[in-house]
Amino acid sequence: MSTKLENKELETVEEPKELSGSSMLIEALAKEGVEVIFGYPGGAILPTYDEIYKTGIHHVLARHEQGAIHAAEGYARVSGKPGVCVVTSGPGATNVITGIADAMIDSLPLVVITGQVATTVIGTDAFQEADIIGITMPITKHNYQVRSVDEFPRILKEAFHIATTGRPGPVLIDLPKDVSLATGLFDYTKEVNLPGYQPTTIPNRLQVRKVVEAVMAAKKPVILAGAGVLHGKATDELLAYVEETKIPVVNTLLGLGSFPGDHELFLGMAGMHGTYTANMAIHESDLLINIGARFDDRLTGNLDHFAPNARVVHIDIDPAEIGKIIETEIPVVGDAKHAVQMLLDEQSESGDTKAWVEKLQGLKEEYPLWYQEDGETIKPQHLIEIIHEVTNGEAIVTTDVGQHQMWSAQFYRFNKPNRWVTSGGLGTMGFGFPAAIGAQFAEPKSPVVAVIGDAGFQMTAQELSLLQELHLPVKIVIVNNASLGMVRQWQQLFHGERYSNSLFPIQPNFVKLADAYDIKGMKVEKVSELKGALEEMIAHPGPVLLDVRVAKEENVYPMISPGKGQHQMEGVKPQ
Amino acid sequence: MKRTITALVNNTSGVLNRITGLFARRHYNIESITVGVTENPSVSRMTFVVAVDSMQNVEQVIKQLNKQVDVLKVKDITDESIVARELALVKIVASPQQRGEVAALVNPFRATIIDVGRESMTIQITGDHPKVEAFIDLLRPYGIKEIARTGITAFNRSTKKPVTDPYRLTLIN
Repeated sequence: MSTKLENKELETVEEPKELSGSSMLIEALAKEGVEVIFGYPGGAILPTYDEIYKTGIHHVLARHEQGAIHAAEGYARVSGKPGVCVVTSGPGATNVITGIADAMIDSLPLVVITGQVATTVIGTDAFQEADIIGITMPITKHNYQVRSVDEFPRILKEAFHIATTGRPGPVLIDLPKDVSLATGLFDYTKEVNLPGYQPTTIPNRLQVRKVVEAVMAAKKPVILAGAGVLHGKATDELLAYVEETKIPVVNTLLGLGSFPGDHELFLGMAGMHGTYTANMAIHESDLLINIGARFDDRLTGNLDHFAPNARVVHIDIDPAEIGKIIETEIPVVGDAKHAVQMLLDEQSESGDTKAWVEKLQGLKEEYPLWYQEDGETIKPQHLIEIIHEVTNGEAIVTTDVGQHQMWSAQFYRFNKPNRWVTSGGLGTMGFGFPAAIGAQFAEPKSPVVAVIGDAGFQMTAQELSLLQELHLPVKIVIVNNASLGMVRQWQQLFHGERYSNSLFPIQPNFVKLADAYDIKGMKVEKVSELKGALEEMIAHPGPVLLDVRVAKEENVYPMISPGKGQHQMEGVKPQ
Repeated sequence: MKRTITALVNNTSGVLNRITGLFARRHYNIESITVGVTENPSVSRMTFVVAVDSMQNVEQVIKQLNKQVDVLKVKDITDESIVARELALVKIVASPQQRGEVAALVNPFRATIIDVGRESMTIQITGDHPKVEAFIDLLRPYGIKEIARTGITAFNRSTKKPVTDPYRLTLIN
């Protein structure tokens, strides 16, 4: 399966050799330690697929390019390594757009190779031609069209470098068919030389000292930990820093798992469906230390009411995020690991925050996340709690966007990093199931549970084929409320209960669908059957699809309504 | 407010598209943009004039430009001592009798008559924005048939004046 090669050794012994463009690609993947690629063949990328056939590199054949790219995202999110996706030109390329945009906004490292028509016919509206460079310019960290085979080794090396360093992101390489067939000298030893791309990883010590002073002066500090902590592999440093300074922590949606979910100083997720305590902590704080979060509008609510009394520290590897949304008093450019380590070196205590921490812990007790049981009707929150229970909180959980996503974020407590794979920024339906496939490749031994809405599942359900073919023990839990749950919730709350095109009166028989793919399928409708079914699902060695019929009109609470501030949460307690 | 920003960029195909696309999708309004190769053939210089609401927006423009892999260096030169020029071609109605009169206007502005027709003349003017505006204004009474203008292109003067503006943009790192 793996063609992993040690980079350094090769560089010293290997002479440049004459290779075709497509074999250069395979060679570069080997040198980058790429173990698996996700893709789908087609005309313009055929020479590359011929090379894949010859060299036996591990290729996962998705059933739709969208499945391939989301799988690559799931792999990247869990492994921390770049996800590689190979597709053909035209429709192959346009089918991966959603995944590229998703990876861009959630900062996932991807290298996407798209086939392209031959350079001789580019621009003539040739068969299966699309201007993928133009299309993906706004949604890639960088993109390349290879004009000559001679520049291909350099482009490949740069692409992996750009995708994985600084703020990670997707890089696209458009490979015309004639370039993939042409031969040239493959020299992968040259250093990357990109004067226009020099990410700052080590923060400015003077700026860090300013943070230290601000922490000493603060009475009500709070740390907002985002996905940057995970990307920067700074979770140990963050935990150590928090234990030294006793500053309470809130997470963004994507930051879940960057700090232990059951730690006494953890206040939960902040934002639209975050905990009351987390939001009030930000609202009342006098010092907000943002580490690797980008102040998304779903987090901040109405900016006029966001952290009105706080001095803001923003630590981010991407300088463009600092000051983009919230005026920042102390900017720190650098990666989370270096920044938090530097803070730790400088600081072992904070100001007097005892009263503040006590107050927040009181709020935490008074306003826990809640739901009301209803006889034998399965409440989705309860479902997530039991998934947590039967997996001991150890599972990798993937989701789409919507109600099931918010319930998973609320009720599955993440204590470890890289166990939470969700489409945060773009909010992509159809993401979670293929992402689970990629996640399972990254962690073959971990339980992977795809918690998916019934609507989103039907967007990429064709990837069921892969589970059986590749013997992947992915567990699919369909949180089935026969609707576009979050759309339905908003229509109920803000559109006078006019449920325009959000309800599915007739649902497919998901168990039969699983059966069609030769996968174990189960359906649960009663609370009393739920735990047993989930235990059976986890105990089963292969893939399982579990169709869980939940309360149809359950809403996600608490909630910050559009236009409201973080302190104006509704539904913080049962009615 | 208007700000003049220069960027050195890799001279690769599509780089202008990258930059203008970035401006468009982030709702920054470009008033003018000029591009040309520098003393180094692999590097181009772009000069933009952008209309923004606040200094925070200028900072964001510069940071977003800096994020582009093909962008080597970005500077807001508005408050600095700079040389800035734009060029305009103006075709006016001019009868043979008026030609001398127009020539008299052209001289003090160091403009050039570059084409003369039976009933029209084309004049080229270079200079900073107010000078070009003033000159076009003077020509207006004759009847302007066509105007073609470039945006400004600019860089720092050799001798720099000390910067005293306390609100001048400083970016960390």
